[in-house]
Amino acid sequence: MTIRTFSILFLCLLLAGCASSGTWGWYVIDPTTKQGYNNIRFLLNGFGATILLSIIAAVLSMCIGLIVALPGMSHNRWLRMPSRIYIEFIRAIPLLPMLFWVFYGLPVVLKSMGINANIDAFWGAIITLAISDSAFTAEIYRSGIQSINKGQTEAAKTIGLNYSQTMRYVILPQAIKRILPPLANQFIYIVKMSAFASVIGMQELTRRANELVVTEYRPLEIYTLLILEYLVLVLIISFGVRWLERKMGADESK
Amino acid sequence: MAKAIEIKRLNKWFGSYQALKDIDLNVSHGERIVICGPSGSGKSTLIRCINSLEHHDSGEITVDDIELSQNKASIAAIGAEVGMVFQQFNLFPHLSVLQNLTLGPTKVRGLSRSEAEERAMRILERVQIPEQAHKQPSELSGGQQQRVAIARSLCMEPKIMLFDEPTSALDPEMIAEVLDVIVDLAEDGMTMIVVTHEMGFARRAADRMVFMDKGEIIEMGAPKDFFEAPKTNRCKTFLNQILQH
Repeated sequence: MTIRTFSILFLCLLLAGCASSGTWGWYVIDPTTKQGYNNIRFLLNGFGATILLSIIAAVLSMCIGLIVALPGMSHNRWLRMPSRIYIEFIRAIPLLPMLFWVFYGLPVVLKSMGINANIDAFWGAIITLAISDSAFTAEIYRSGIQSINKGQTEAAKTIGLNYSQTMRYVILPQAIKRILPPLANQFIYIVKMSAFASVIGMQELTRRANELVVTEYRPLEIYTLLILEYLVLVLIISFGVRWLERKMGADESK
Repeated sequence: MAKAIEIKRLNKWFGSYQALKDIDLNVSHGERIVICGPSGSGKSTLIRCINSLEHHDSGEITVDDIELSQNKASIAAIGAEVGMVFQQFNLFPHLSVLQNLTLGPTKVRGLSRSEAEERAMRILERVQIPEQAHKQPSELSGGQQQRVAIARSLCMEPKIMLFDEPTSALDPEMIAEVLDVIVDLAEDGMTMIVVTHEMGFARRAADRMVFMDKGEIIEMGAPKDFFEAPKTNRCKTFLNQILQH
């Protein structure tokens, strides 16, 4: 269904462009001309950075999220509190200010601690996206793990499994099916938010579109293509997740 | 010889509600105890304290010469020696029957996979469902699931078995098959405490009956005396109510 929606949308835009050549100037990204071909190559080359950025940030976010979520479910309030504070604090910071702080501010902080680290745009964006998103993944883990019946933990305890064995062999394999869909949502969110990396000079999809707009003065066509680029990325992820869910579902009903 | 379980002046509160009041109970090795009583009388809480699924507030519980304090190491040491069967089975739904049985032995006891599977199959024979080994728990009937749960505990070779209303969630026609397995274990000399309303089973398998009400042990004795000549009124009323049907 999504394929159909997508193709209809794409066709509409294309037809609109062809029908009224006064408003649209597709020549700017027409691959049959040399200039258009170079432009479109320039834009599509941003895919690599956006994808790499998103994947590394998402993996980091999932790891940090789990590390934050587990003590957050402890009976011990001194373990629970740091986790709570982290989640509330990080969740309250908008992405863009955090990005500025990490990119411009963090090196200064590190320097004052005697660490001479230059944070480039790529890692600045990854750190920001991962930390910002981890507050949300932590909450996803918590709700997923808490949705597993308490009897499972008790049964694991009565056969002598310790905490980490219980998590690894009993709770997480069951929780993952419930966690996966919201986690995929979060991944899509990261892909879209990676566009902010353009403001600190990261050469990803949005940055390249901006740069081309400045030289070509064709914002409508270029930003339309930019939107479609993100659309394609997100749809691919959705399909991937759908496939994964079906596969896991099939395993369960076997 | 030391007792299998020694409980001294055990108290347990849930908030301001006292679930257990000054419980004293000793269980010898090989002894079969049946605990009965109205719901909310603390029977389940008592056996959940014995394998530290609940923490007690005061008093002493000594299991197999190890005192259960809040000390994590002692709890872990006892955890694997005391098997527990739950009313709701609590099988691991994402694992096959065989995997349910081998998880503990391989991860906790350090058995190899083939050793653990061999042991699991031997115990599945004993609870008479070897043919179900490769099914998922959701494909089994309630009675079969409970027998798998018993088998899962037995695979850890526990010294003591606790049963928390093992037949209460079962359809009537499946109760017998589960009770037969428990009686078989009892005849084999396993130390066990069974919380149940199955009085026929109690007469058949128990060495001693314990009647609880409102968090206290009201009466204790051999099944014969207990059923034929209950000493307290509360116990008489309870027995009348459940034996009528």
